[in-house]
Amino acid sequence: MTRWGLGRGGGFFLVLVALPLFGLQHWVVNLLVFVLMYATMSSAWNLVGGFAGYPSLGHAAFFGIGAYTMALMFHGDVLGSGYEPFIMLPVIALVAAAIGVPIALVSMRTRADVFAIVTITFLFMVQTLAFNLRSLTGGSQGISLPIPPFDAATFERPFYYVLVLLLAVAMLLTFGALHSKVGLALVAVRADEDKARGVGVRVTGVKVLAFSVSVGLTAMVGAVWSYYESFIYPQFAVDPLITIAVVLMTFLGGRATLWGPVLGAFILEAGQQTLAYRLGGSQFYLIAYALVFLVIMLVLPRGILPTLEDRLRMRRRAREVDGAQTPAVELLASDEDKVALPHGGRP
Amino acid sequence: MSALLGVDSVTKVFGGVRAVDGCSLEVAEGTVTGLIGPNGSGKTTLFNIVTGYLRADSGQVQFDAHRVTGTDPGRLYRMGLSRTFQQARVFPQLSVLENLVVAAGYGWSQLFSRRVSRGDRAQAEQLLEEFRLAPVADLLAAELSYGQRKLLEFAAVLMSSPRLVLLDEPTAGVNPVMIETMERHIRSRHAAGITFLVVEHDMTFVMRLCDPVIVLDAGKQIFSGQPAEVQANPQVLDAYLGA
Ligand SMILES: Nc1ncnc2c1ncn2[C@@H]1O[C@H](COP(=O)(O)OP(=O)(O)O)[C@@H](O)[C@H]1O
Ligand SMILES: [Mg+2]
Repeated sequence: MTRWGLGRGGGFFLVLVALPLFGLQHWVVNLLVFVLMYATMSSAWNLVGGFAGYPSLGHAAFFGIGAYTMALMFHGDVLGSGYEPFIMLPVIALVAAAIGVPIALVSMRTRADVFAIVTITFLFMVQTLAFNLRSLTGGSQGISLPIPPFDAATFERPFYYVLVLLLAVAMLLTFGALHSKVGLALVAVRADEDKARGVGVRVTGVKVLAFSVSVGLTAMVGAVWSYYESFIYPQFAVDPLITIAVVLMTFLGGRATLWGPVLGAFILEAGQQTLAYRLGGSQFYLIAYALVFLVIMLVLPRGILPTLEDRLRMRRRAREVDGAQTPAVELLASDEDKVALPHGGRP
Repeated sequence: MSALLGVDSVTKVFGGVRAVDGCSLEVAEGTVTGLIGPNGSGKTTLFNIVTGYLRADSGQVQFDAHRVTGTDPGRLYRMGLSRTFQQARVFPQLSVLENLVVAAGYGWSQLFSRRVSRGDRAQAEQLLEEFRLAPVADLLAAELSYGQRKLLEFAAVLMSSPRLVLLDEPTAGVNPVMIETMERHIRSRHAAGITFLVVEHDMTFVMRLCDPVIVLDAGKQIFSGQPAEVQANPQVLDAYLGA
């Protein structure tokens, strides 16, 4: 890990921690709360959709599982400090991660488009359950959580800081994956899973690990969201649009990078919330999403950060060539195979 | 000499095509066995069955005196049976060094250790030197030429200290210098105790390197013997001339 990388991460989180202290307006802090939710979920999704290359469309199901688990735990309770629900977050993560294991074992036997369809089917299954298990979820009437007993002037702060912590956890886990053999194995799976299996990579293990860690993180965000909203309905708690937003953010910023999903979330969610605030809760963002998706596919198929990285790499390579006699370049240049030569006439 | 690999009446049918048709053959420990046959005679399919990539419709495979029919490729790899692919398969997004490390067959406990530890580097170093890949160790595999990728794939499967390596057309599509390089590596690794089963179309290469040679036609072994006898065998000539 480079010192520059450490500095960047430290600086980023320092700014995040300091931000609310500048007397921001409520709508701005509220915006940041949602940005952090999406940044955390995009980072989490990236572990499966980016690194392992399994484009899950079912993550919103785990957002909903987290939201409802939180609601069921505290429905009708009277809170003391108001921090009790946050303390339960690790438990909720474990519950969701445990549910994620069999889901991963089954769904990750399929790949690419089939996997996307299997996971989105799971999403609709969970949504149907949320609508119909009325005794548990209240069905379309929704279910209430205790009102957070926080000071109105700084109401959003506890949520904000808990989400900063969750984002830090998601990014640390991503960093850990990138710098350990887990990351190596995941990249191998994404590149060529059959080949990876054939050279002894623990393919199933790392896939299931990545999936359950990812959905555990996603469920914690859902849980924080449900407490923040105090009242949840199936169509918002288990919402395909959440999945789509998260996928889009990760694609925009750059899959399989540490900062890409975070960058994507900051751009898209901040943009959307600002638009909604200025234009008043419009549905314009759906059109905006479609446009963003088109732009990514046409201009930045790999996302912002990988494209930038490529540019840098190419410039560095060009400089090396100028600097003459880099052995690497020499070796590459001297090699001109792929010419299928006839083999006859040789001793 | 005992057989390290035994294939016993293996059959594999694709739709109406009997790609492998009751094939039986043996690879003795310590040999460089050649496997030749016209295009479509089932060589690659047989490799896929032996290495666990495909399930045979019927028949048995034995490796190192164990029945391994239908065993997972990863498990076989860790048992010491590894292979390369006809179309060189490496991980383009990983560096050359990482391509070696990822193929070391590490276990669960190592999964959470450093991506490329000092130990990994040391272990890979020797192979990188031997295969002259050291100067490009930090390049992405995607940046290598096809021939270098073939070398890299070969080097990578050696990371796990295999006992038997199956090479599927190691010289197809690479230049003559690279062919000689490949031959040198097979020889030196053979001298170090690794058994090889090599599919190859380049006859002079097979004649120089392999003993014995097995000939496959229409999914069956039609000949097995010394390289010198192959060209004299009427059945083999028939198979190649399509009589
Ligand atoms: N996955 C597959 N599906 C259908 N047919 C296949 C498949 N793989 C191989 N075959 C057929 O099986 C036969 C043997 O192919 P292959 O094993 O690749 O031969 P070789 O490697 O000796 O050239 C060919 O007729 C080929 O078309
Ligand atoms: Mg073949």
